[in-house]
Amino acid sequence: MNGSKRARLREWLLSLPSLAWLIVFLLVPTLMMFAIAFRPADIYGGIGQGWPWETLFNMANPNYPAIIWRTIWLSVVATAICLAISVPVGYCLARINPRWRQWIMLLVVVPFWTNFLIRVFAWKSILATGGSFRATLVWLGFIGEDQPLLYTSGAILLVMVYTHLPFAILPLYAAAEKFDFSLLEAARDLGSNSLGAMYRIFIPGISRGLVTAGIMVLVPCLGSYVIPDLVGGASSEMIGNKIAQYVYTERNLPRASALSAILTVVVVALLLAFLIWRRRRDENRDTPESSGQEGIFS
Amino acid sequence: MRRSYFPYITLAACMVFFYLPLAVVVVGSFNNSRFGGAWRGFTWKYYEQLLNDREIWSSLQNTIVIALASTAACMVLGTLAAFALHRYRSRLQFFHNTLVYIPLVVPEILMGISLLLFFVAHSITLGMGTIFIGHVTFSLSYVAMTVLGRLQDFDFTLMDAARDLGASSFEAARKVMLPLLMPGILAGGLLAFTLSMDDFVVTFFVSGTGSKTLPIYIYSSIKHGSPTKINALSTILLAVTFVGALASRFVKNYSDQRILDKETM
Repeated sequence: MNGSKRARLREWLLSLPSLAWLIVFLLVPTLMMFAIAFRPADIYGGIGQGWPWETLFNMANPNYPAIIWRTIWLSVVATAICLAISVPVGYCLARINPRWRQWIMLLVVVPFWTNFLIRVFAWKSILATGGSFRATLVWLGFIGEDQPLLYTSGAILLVMVYTHLPFAILPLYAAAEKFDFSLLEAARDLGSNSLGAMYRIFIPGISRGLVTAGIMVLVPCLGSYVIPDLVGGASSEMIGNKIAQYVYTERNLPRASALSAILTVVVVALLLAFLIWRRRRDENRDTPESSGQEGIFS
Repeated sequence: MRRSYFPYITLAACMVFFYLPLAVVVVGSFNNSRFGGAWRGFTWKYYEQLLNDREIWSSLQNTIVIALASTAACMVLGTLAAFALHRYRSRLQFFHNTLVYIPLVVPEILMGISLLLFFVAHSITLGMGTIFIGHVTFSLSYVAMTVLGRLQDFDFTLMDAARDLGASSFEAARKVMLPLLMPGILAGGLLAFTLSMDDFVVTFFVSGTGSKTLPIYIYSSIKHGSPTKINALSTILLAVTFVGALASRFVKNYSDQRILDKETM
């Protein structure tokens, strides 16, 4: 009895520093964000008194659904493109000579470590008017003389794919590495052509990596702020832009929190769906892929 | 068997896609033309402008101070969290684990805005202190996860052995466990340091008007300032990243080799 009490005390002492920090600076602020979504704004850019439902009702303003919809479709398309590129790349990395592989992995990881702003800036200067890339496209006849590349939804999509591609490649490579490639040869011996074998054997075999990669790209894309801010235009705003705009330009914190609350609900719903999917899948397997404590993205 | 070249072509195309934009930045930093575009001869002048820019140096200083302070705090908090998570399986730890995971999976902007609301509601002045708090909050989880991974490989019978040989539990933790876990704690710290140096979004929300970090400086230069100077600054940062990545690769190869040597001895 006394011993278990002491063990309890030790557990609390060990957990307390990080637990307290995360409760104060993560949990409480998040709960406050949901509460402030119901508050009015005051004229000084702070948070007013009372609890009118006004801010939340303002969400039905036709402007918001369009922005939320755009955020979702841009993120989904960017995720799909990232996955389409990463499946063959992951396959290739898993099959390549290990001597080469470590250097190629290094080349994949370096952009991932490079400052995010710099990667966005690189594209901003490439797509800008007067750049040689644009001139080439005009010369080839792909785009019109005065058709802009920068400040469009297309620019956002391109830069989102560019910046998030390593997030998709790494989990897909990890999944492909565990895949038993003799299955593909077996499928071919049994008469499947190589594309059919890829589609029916390889893709289901790496489905876990595929879903993980999808979540790893989709979630940060939904919360994008820098990309639409730097390469997007007035007609291609995303939720992240709107949140920052309410904070800095219009000084309306309750509106910013209402939008953030919506984004939080979307992200949490996605993550829960992912966790439930993964648990179901592992339960249906005869031999679990992994056991014991595991992380969300392991 | 006929092998398809399609995946290899995709990989090659992917590498071009990754590095072409970075190459454009590097070339642009030496191009003596004000608005980019065509090559107008070689120049060092943007690098000279960087050296003479006092704002860059002060923001770099802020960035390093915050990165060092938040890394130190995260190494302590994250290591303690990892111990608790590894050792106990209770409802408290389930809650703890969930809280530690949230920063790894939630978009940064949500963390930034909620911290900003928290500081505004409590009338806390925005500045270096609030940036520090923000950075500790998102880096803590990365340190905790790195150390947790290390703990899962740790042989706890070593602790029993130390206790049997007369060490107190504190001594055993300090003299046996800590040295063995140090590589994990340092790796977590390095990750926290890099994340802090690179962070823009959270910093942008909680920094207020006074304190600038390097990413905030880069952002405002991209938005309002001269892009040519950013080319030069980006080239320097790219070089640092490349050297860092190569160094970590060599260190890893070297330590793997040492482990192999020890095992064969």
